[in-house]
Amino acid sequence: MSAASNLAPAAAVPGRRSGSKRVLPGFNLTLGYTLFWLGLIVLVPLSALVLRSFTLTGEQFWVAVSSPRVLAAYKLTFGASLIAALVNLVFGLLLAWVLVRYTFPGKKIVDALVDLPFALPTAVAGISLTALLAGNGWVGRYLEPMGIKLAFTPAGIVIALIFIGLPFVVRTVQPVLEDTEKELEEAATCLGASRWQTFSRVIFPSIAPALLTGFAMAFARAIGEYGSVIFIAGNMPMISEITPLIIIGKLEQYDYAGATAVAVVMLAISFVLLLVINGLQAWQRRRTGMSQ
Amino acid sequence: MSAPAKTPPPRGIPKRSVTTEAPWVRRTLIGISLVFLFLFLILPLAAVFTEALRKGLDAYLDALKEPDAWSAIELTLITAAISVPLNLVFGVAAAWCIAKFEFRGKAFLTTLIDLPFSVSPVVAGLMYVLVFGSNGWFGNWLSEHDIKIIFAVPGIVLATVFVTFPFIARELIPLMQAQGTDEEQAAIVLGASGWQTFWHVTLPNIKWGLIYGVILCNARAMGEFGAVSVVSGHIRGQTNTVPLHVEILYNEYQSVAAFAAASLLALLALVTLVIKSVVEWRSERERAAADLPPEKPPALPVPGASA
Repeated sequence: MSAASNLAPAAAVPGRRSGSKRVLPGFNLTLGYTLFWLGLIVLVPLSALVLRSFTLTGEQFWVAVSSPRVLAAYKLTFGASLIAALVNLVFGLLLAWVLVRYTFPGKKIVDALVDLPFALPTAVAGISLTALLAGNGWVGRYLEPMGIKLAFTPAGIVIALIFIGLPFVVRTVQPVLEDTEKELEEAATCLGASRWQTFSRVIFPSIAPALLTGFAMAFARAIGEYGSVIFIAGNMPMISEITPLIIIGKLEQYDYAGATAVAVVMLAISFVLLLVINGLQAWQRRRTGMSQ
Repeated sequence: MSAPAKTPPPRGIPKRSVTTEAPWVRRTLIGISLVFLFLFLILPLAAVFTEALRKGLDAYLDALKEPDAWSAIELTLITAAISVPLNLVFGVAAAWCIAKFEFRGKAFLTTLIDLPFSVSPVVAGLMYVLVFGSNGWFGNWLSEHDIKIIFAVPGIVLATVFVTFPFIARELIPLMQAQGTDEEQAAIVLGASGWQTFWHVTLPNIKWGLIYGVILCNARAMGEFGAVSVVSGHIRGQTNTVPLHVEILYNEYQSVAAFAAASLLALLALVTLVIKSVVEWRSERERAAADLPPEKPPALPVPGASA
């Protein structure tokens, strides 16, 4: 997306500006098909959701999205997602750092394994984490005598969301960290900076946009997550019921209007997060563009 | 591996490089990461197989021989076999028009393609219920013509296509953008048709990215839970995919059977990771082999310039 890559085809294809002569064929066909498929799969169903919410009066909508049970679910979903994304921010950065900068036996396997949460179906992650953390599980067995109960509590939700969001921060920070220039660090060290100063003043600013992007992606994913959470949450209204489960609950009671209203709120949140992520990525591109 | 580090340092120069940390810091950081990965990734994975085999291999195999399990496996395979090729065609078409041409609204189109990633799977399922469900937009028309989409296989396929929509496109777009259009233009100028150019020039260049996108798309298609759960109706033996089958067995306290079905999905995940690593490894090697001659000359002046 740099200026150079945008200029190259323009220079090579003189007729580009008029739009009438393109050397490569297939523009109309592929663009047409892309728009058709995008409309059919994404835009028509999305507008069905938004238009359906307009059939509610303002008051009906407000009652559906602001009942105490729904508000408790928003709070839980946001709180758990935020904590999980913060944990992933710290450990994701650590993992990316270790994978890029150090060598150790089994590094390639560790690197491949980081993507496990992307590849493992969420329902499998959900039942497996529940089995581990339940009172008779491998981990729960040692934690429950100490008074720490994770399964079927909001803390369990955070654990599931940490699992789900783990690869995002690692995979956004890793390539940026690989591209950072060692010369800058050498210069900082030569000028008398300690290793920590070099990290916080030289390396960290260059990876900050990527770090925030990964954080926002992990957060966005956690907000909408359903499969891994419902097994471990216990799903008690007001305590451990997440927002997607509210939608499912309303659907099971044939309350389509209520489900739609809550879904529109979630959709609006996703849009905002998508815009934030896009903005962060643009910032990252400017950063790397400047340093090159 | 650490051969260069082991050679005795010349006088006056500290043993370790200035751009790395003290050994104890390094070891601590590696140790913390490995413990974290062990707790969050390896333990859950191991728990799936242990729980599945808790009552022995026979109980495990019996759970998989059940007819409901088989129909769930069959439906999962059918769903993936339809939705992955559909998204493959879309992904290639989208990447071709976005990466090879300039047009107004391109950035917006790219954002729209990414959109399904940020929509909650449950919301995605609900959208299709509102379009095709009994009181949805086309509900009346569909029931008059006796076509079932929601609580039937077409709905499951549609929901799966939605959640896997961006996978292949977003893998191919940056790759094809980086490759530019020079090779394709040369082929066209030399008289190749559009299809010939695509098959003989573009496809070999993007094949690793394509495989990468397809296996990730497939893993998600086979494992999707939330969206499919909303549109499937959970009819045993008919509209249950493997993840939904896992849920039903788990809620019925048939732990071994649930984990047996889950172990199939965990195996799928492991196979996906292996193929993905091999693809990354191969494409990196190919790129290194192809790029070495042209990239060396411009790489030379850089150290001099920044020194």
